[in-house]
Amino acid sequence: MPEFTSTIGQPNALSIGFFFLFVAFTLGVTWWAARRSRSAAEFYAAGRSVTGFQNGLALAGDYMSAASFLGIAGLVALTGYDGLIYSIGFLVGWPVMMFLVAEPLRNLGKYTFADVVAYRLRQRPVRVAASCGSLMTVAFYLIAQMVGSGSLVHLMFGLPYETAVLVVGVVMIAYVLFGGMLATTWVQIIKAVLLLGGASVMVFLVLQRFGFSPAELFRASAERYGDKVLSPGGLVSNPWDALSLGMALMFGTAGLPHILMRFYTVPDAKAARSSVFYATGFISYFYVLTFIIGFGAMALVGQDVIARFDRGGNMAAPLLAEVTGGTMFLGFIAAVAFATILAVVAGLTLAGATTYAHDLYANVFRRGRSTEEDEVRMAKRATVALGVLAVGLGIAFKGQNVAFMVGLAFAIAASANFPALLMSILWKRFSTFGAVCAIATGATLAVGCIVLSPTVWVEVLHSPWGMAAPFALKNPALFSMPAAFAAGWLGSVLRPEPDAEARFAAQKVRNYLGVGAE
Amino acid sequence: MATITETAEHLDMTMDVLPEAPHSFMDDDERFTELVRSHRGVSLALTAAMLAVYFGFIMVLAFRRDLLHAAAGGMPLGIPVGFGIIMAATTLTGVYVWWANRRYDGAVRRIVATLKPQGRGRHA
Repeated sequence: MPEFTSTIGQPNALSIGFFFLFVAFTLGVTWWAARRSRSAAEFYAAGRSVTGFQNGLALAGDYMSAASFLGIAGLVALTGYDGLIYSIGFLVGWPVMMFLVAEPLRNLGKYTFADVVAYRLRQRPVRVAASCGSLMTVAFYLIAQMVGSGSLVHLMFGLPYETAVLVVGVVMIAYVLFGGMLATTWVQIIKAVLLLGGASVMVFLVLQRFGFSPAELFRASAERYGDKVLSPGGLVSNPWDALSLGMALMFGTAGLPHILMRFYTVPDAKAARSSVFYATGFISYFYVLTFIIGFGAMALVGQDVIARFDRGGNMAAPLLAEVTGGTMFLGFIAAVAFATILAVVAGLTLAGATTYAHDLYANVFRRGRSTEEDEVRMAKRATVALGVLAVGLGIAFKGQNVAFMVGLAFAIAASANFPALLMSILWKRFSTFGAVCAIATGATLAVGCIVLSPTVWVEVLHSPWGMAAPFALKNPALFSMPAAFAAGWLGSVLRPEPDAEARFAAQKVRNYLGVGAE
Repeated sequence: MATITETAEHLDMTMDVLPEAPHSFMDDDERFTELVRSHRGVSLALTAAMLAVYFGFIMVLAFRRDLLHAAAGGMPLGIPVGFGIIMAATTLTGVYVWWANRRYDGAVRRIVATLKPQGRGRHA
């Protein structure tokens, strides 16, 4: 077999051209959106003008990050079936989010999930606690994305890490600052269409070589690497670990601030509902595509070659693009992966800025007495601050193992944000003290346990004092999420709030009938 | 038990004074309690179905992995099962949308319609 050569890692004029085209077009969209992003409802929620279908694409776009496209395709290419188990975990949270929180969120809130938790409780303590949960989730997710983007762009284009992080930061700030949610949504939609389209073409080109029979493709992979690639391997060896990670993924999705925020961009609960249906469909389709892309890379590129370019397998999809479609297709896929990073980071930054300006500034610092203009101004300042912070942290964490941070973001979302949100929707006796207890317990335990878990203790800190990891599970959700529910219950029983209980009836009417929803 | 007309009048009278209090009547309204009950039933049942499918899969992976090695249509059973779970997630959301569009929205409209004439009268 001849030595495999690739143009990956060299500055590729085509991919840089495609990328500039994407940035120029999306900045045009931002310019168009800028005139429609002045009021708070416009800046935070795109004037509630997004349709269910569009929001479905945007939601799917938020979820189909570069890490999940390149990472899952790579995982499948290197381990086979286990990659599918991983992607299933990320998918099953969507139906749960739809059944439990999507419509109540739309009916009860304005811009953030804290609006719902604080609906009938005391504003300041609840908003402070919910903002902490929100900002922690966003921060960890953002660091993981920035560090990932720097290394991926470096791998693909040969661009220096710091330059890549800086480019992502500057363009992303431009989207959010000038175009608010409307631009962020459209960037996400455009990217989702490009990503789904590009991945579909790649799957077509792969299957073409196997007579359009996936079974043929699987057989070819098994011939090369053994039957083991078609069956579950070592990913789920410890059932408790699997259960705990499963809980974090399943309930964490329903607690991710940048996802929840999208439900406010549609006109009503009915559209919120249909958007989750579309999103789940798109994400399902996307995971089926990445599975086939992974096997295609395994059969046509080869595991040794993939691992030579990147030990984690992240280059499997770009390499396959080059093998099936030449340099031009590689350029397109690489540009789409870069665009994907931009869009996801923009969504996260907007969610963080909204939490700061709407929850903390307007409702805590100014006690609800600020004007709408003040609030939007603060949101814009927060966008710049967060963008600068993201670039700084991205550079500071260069070369660090930050893979655990996505798991941590999901653990905090599942343990702090989701319990408080669900209890405030369903439980009449939920009180302010209960909400604060639930969020504080969930967030503290999620962070504390993950530091003491094998994920950080062994893999990042390299077992200080030669001690084994004090907390045995890799993801803390199995313990921290039930603990947060228990704390919420205990806090509400210890300090009941008759006023809040009395307002539950009104909340229920608005929740189920949509009467008075913004 | 308060009827919907009485409660609508109550709503009309108190709306200007107490923006939130009038809704409390709804706890006594049969149609509203039935609506809430059916919604909770459907959403909890579908959530339970998704949990059962996913954690069932995880348990099979943990304890009876060999079941997924059996051949099915030229490939190990694990692959169609995995795709089946992906399909199940989309199907369950589809079932919910179908139910909500067919049943729930209509029930909401009927309840809201009995409130509206009074509300409009007030603004006239």
